[in-house]
Amino acid sequence: MTVLLALLLAAAAAYVAATWRCRSPWPLARSAAWLAGLAAAAVAVAGPGAAHADMHAHMAAHLLLGMVAPVLFVLAAPVTLALRALPPPAARRLSRLLRTAPARWATDPLVAVPVNAAGLWLLYGTGLHTAVAHRPALAALVWLHLLLSGYLATAAVLAVDPAPHRRPVAVRALALAGGAAAHDVLAKVLYAHPPAGTVGAEEGARLMYDGGTVVTLVTAALLWRRWYVSREAVRAATQPA
Amino acid sequence: MADALPRPAPRRRLLVSGLLLGAGTAGAIDEIVFHQLLHWHHFYDRASGAAGLVSDGLLHAATFSAAVAGMALLADARRRGPFPAALWWGAMLTGAGAFQLWDGLGNHKLLRLHQVRYGVDLTGYDVAWVLPGAALLLAGVVLLVRSRSRPVPRT
Repeated sequence: MTVLLALLLAAAAAYVAATWRCRSPWPLARSAAWLAGLAAAAVAVAGPGAAHADMHAHMAAHLLLGMVAPVLFVLAAPVTLALRALPPPAARRLSRLLRTAPARWATDPLVAVPVNAAGLWLLYGTGLHTAVAHRPALAALVWLHLLLSGYLATAAVLAVDPAPHRRPVAVRALALAGGAAAHDVLAKVLYAHPPAGTVGAEEGARLMYDGGTVVTLVTAALLWRRWYVSREAVRAATQPA
Repeated sequence: MADALPRPAPRRRLLVSGLLLGAGTAGAIDEIVFHQLLHWHHFYDRASGAAGLVSDGLLHAATFSAAVAGMALLADARRRGPFPAALWWGAMLTGAGAFQLWDGLGNHKLLRLHQVRYGVDLTGYDVAWVLPGAALLLAGVVLLVRSRSRPVPRT
């Protein structure tokens, strides 16, 4: 846990230092989103939800780390910041790296969203959730995976940072809805069949379901809002018939 | 200033927008009124098994995603100038009616996934579920048919 908190602090320092080196003025709202995301992740990792036996507290932490923090991180556009703050040769290397096939797969919503959902099903559907309860190092890995796969899925759907071959808005909206459906069904399954050795599974499952709905609604609204103001959509709407 | 008038939304996009927002609104009303306010519907009724869990979760995610997408497409259609209201409302009512009918007949009766309410005689509730659904669907289809004979206003 100490290692995770140190990582979060390092991420805050790196982002703020990058905004100083950024070659153009960097919006304060994006820095605020990054720091708020880190705060959400820190509460999740260090708060009472880190205990695995109480599903209600655990799900609150899970929502903060796997859904709320990733949306805030995506809104902070860290890749854009890195491209503008790194020295030009390093920025070019990063941009080349983002165009490689593995990077393209990882940020494709049709890959990133199913991977995120499959990770959740593995964690709660198999005995993994109970198995990591007494192994702090393994639990930390699970937390890190939750945060990273949540970030990749949200980044793929919202596409705030530049991405080569961005999927059309309808595909990204469908991927988001599919991920939400997998999340909802899993919440209902957890309600019906709580993992062994846990308490508060019913409240936890309802929190997962309702909280997941709220975050997905916000994400969908952000996605469509970004489409509505995008250059392509505005041009299509104002082109003469 | 643009020197030409904007291009109206294609008919198909208006249809999609109305259908999505109609189904999404019906789903949202179901969720808010009967799940959250009245507690008639159960989160999980312990009788419906795996099919009920999957169907409820899928339908929930699909309806609220549809509502957001429908609103965005509606906003886009509105900013394009002339708006064929009869066509859009026809699609919207068709979507809402189809959702309500599917919930009342398909989910409740054919698949028996869940019921309107528990521990009461269901006949009245089922009629109150299916009839408005059929009425909405009929009104929507009538509006859609009428909007066909009145083409989208061109500029």
